[in-house]
Amino acid sequence: MKRSGMFWIFITPVLLWLVLLIFLPHLDLLLLSFRGDASWTLDNYRNFFTEPIYWLTFVRTALYSIITTLLTLILALPVALYVTKIAKPGLRGFLMVLLMLPFWVSELVRIYGWMILLRESGVLNYFLQSLGLTNQPVEMLYNDATMIMGLVYTSMLFMVIPLVSVMDSLDNSLIEAACDLGASKICIWRTIIIPHCKPGIVSGSIVVFMLVLGNYLTPNLMGGKNSLWFTEQIYNQFIASFNWNQGAAFGFLLLVLSSAIIWLGLKLTGQRLGELSS
Amino acid sequence: MEADLIVTCLNKEFGSFRAVEEVSFSVAKGEFFSILGPSGCGKTTLLRMIAGFEEPSSGDLLIGGRSMRGITPDKRPVNLVFQHLALFPMMNVAENIAFGLKRRRVAAAEIRRRTDEVLERVELPGFGDKRIHQLSGGQKQRVAIARCLVLDPSVLLLDEPLGALDLKLRQQMKVELKKLQAKVGTTFIYITHDQSEALVMSDRVAVMNRGRFEQIGSPQQLYNDPTTPFVAGFVGDSNLWTGVVVEKDGEAVKVLTDEGFVFHCRQRGGSGRSRVTLFLRPEAMIIEPIDRAGLNIFQVTVKSILFDGANSRLLTATAAGHELLVALPQNRAFDHIAPATEITLGWHPKTGIAFELLDQP
Repeated sequence: MKRSGMFWIFITPVLLWLVLLIFLPHLDLLLLSFRGDASWTLDNYRNFFTEPIYWLTFVRTALYSIITTLLTLILALPVALYVTKIAKPGLRGFLMVLLMLPFWVSELVRIYGWMILLRESGVLNYFLQSLGLTNQPVEMLYNDATMIMGLVYTSMLFMVIPLVSVMDSLDNSLIEAACDLGASKICIWRTIIIPHCKPGIVSGSIVVFMLVLGNYLTPNLMGGKNSLWFTEQIYNQFIASFNWNQGAAFGFLLLVLSSAIIWLGLKLTGQRLGELSS
Repeated sequence: MEADLIVTCLNKEFGSFRAVEEVSFSVAKGEFFSILGPSGCGKTTLLRMIAGFEEPSSGDLLIGGRSMRGITPDKRPVNLVFQHLALFPMMNVAENIAFGLKRRRVAAAEIRRRTDEVLERVELPGFGDKRIHQLSGGQKQRVAIARCLVLDPSVLLLDEPLGALDLKLRQQMKVELKKLQAKVGTTFIYITHDQSEALVMSDRVAVMNRGRFEQIGSPQQLYNDPTTPFVAGFVGDSNLWTGVVVEKDGEAVKVLTDEGFVFHCRQRGGSGRSRVTLFLRPEAMIIEPIDRAGLNIFQVTVKSILFDGANSRLLTATAAGHELLVALPQNRAFDHIAPATEITLGWHPKTGIAFELLDQP
């Protein structure tokens, strides 16, 4: 009796949170996505498939999110290895602070920082011109490469942190043993470090993938008009076109997409979601 | 005899700290060579230099006649069994053993054959599919050794691999390891702080202290003829007296101990008539000797009996209160000894060794 009382005290806020803030709004959006002007309809979903701009943006967003996640992973692995295994213990805390420092500033400010560096009249162009490398300013903003760089930069920390914690638990002597048995550096990465870090890689990748897929600010500011992101389509439907029904349908398509890709990723790497927390 | 490993004047400095100092030795093919020393004496650093994980500050080491300076661990013909074994938990037993062979691009069929063969040799046939966490401590031990042996190293290095095992298993593994080495004939270099491991298994032992080799010799030599006071004190138990040399005739000396006994014994080095420490093994003392000719004889009082089966001791004290440990053979001849009885002890001059006291307290 007493124990079940305690149970309800702790579970109630969680249930309230889930039901009021997540379940009910989504239910409402789901209903909205099937509403037309007056009646139930599948038109909102049909529009998505008949209008190429919609599903092309959708595919583009998915592909770029996957590329960004992979790039972030490739960059974060050596960073995590350096922080955990190579840097001296005293330096380690300092490096972690350096990693987190940019995240004390809001994402908006960080992105504007990049824009100051990269724009036509920006810092980088000023140096290029004064060194005589170019005669006229180069437009470095508003293309896909810059956008992906910005997304990688924004996501880096969320990949490095889980990787640092799994790499910490890797016994140094395993790396030495592999080396002793004749393994090259690449082989040690492939056979020892990456298999050991798999849980961290998977959870970091899920977080980064979700953040990138759902990011609005970075693609909008750094990608410019040519770099369409699916979140912008949703935003446009809700705010610009005031078509809530269409926006809700897009929102659900994005939810289905992210779930499907994560499910596929887990299947391919042979991991299960429940194992990641342990 | 062909030497597999020759180490000459090896030094290793970490900043101003000299971890290994002027170490030279050679190990013959097929020898079981141990390096024995207290923790922090530099033995692990020495081993890591042989394996290639540390670069020596100066000196050279040759394996099979080839200098190993500047050669990375993966290119050296030696393999290391790590202190905590470092088996790869993400692989099963067979994959662990095949790891090194795969790196050498051995054909798959050949890998399977050699893996099975080495598992047979370490008496774990059919264990290939087991996961590492399914093995017992002793089995892990043998897998770690098999993982190295399958590569046919010219020298196998072992870094206190029995340290993590419980006492009973350690006793058993000591014998097994010795048998295994005799069977495979690979040169073993074994480091340990446990003197019994070193004495039981090795052909030769080097005693290391503060980065230097104190003595290299067979286990018997180290035990019976230590050349430095450190070796005399570190290998086996000893009773100590301090005193002065009153007469000297070559090695044979007469020592007057501080409490007034006059003992005949041997001296190592020294110039006579100097302060010495006299080391005497507990089992060198004979209780109630019948034939007393040529023995050092004195009286002690039994304080207590430290019964430990075959390793039983008497804790005794001289009239001046100096405590001595005396081996108590369990052959029923001394059952009458009880605490507070007075007994006569005798020991042969050959068994006591005096060393000049270098650092006066």
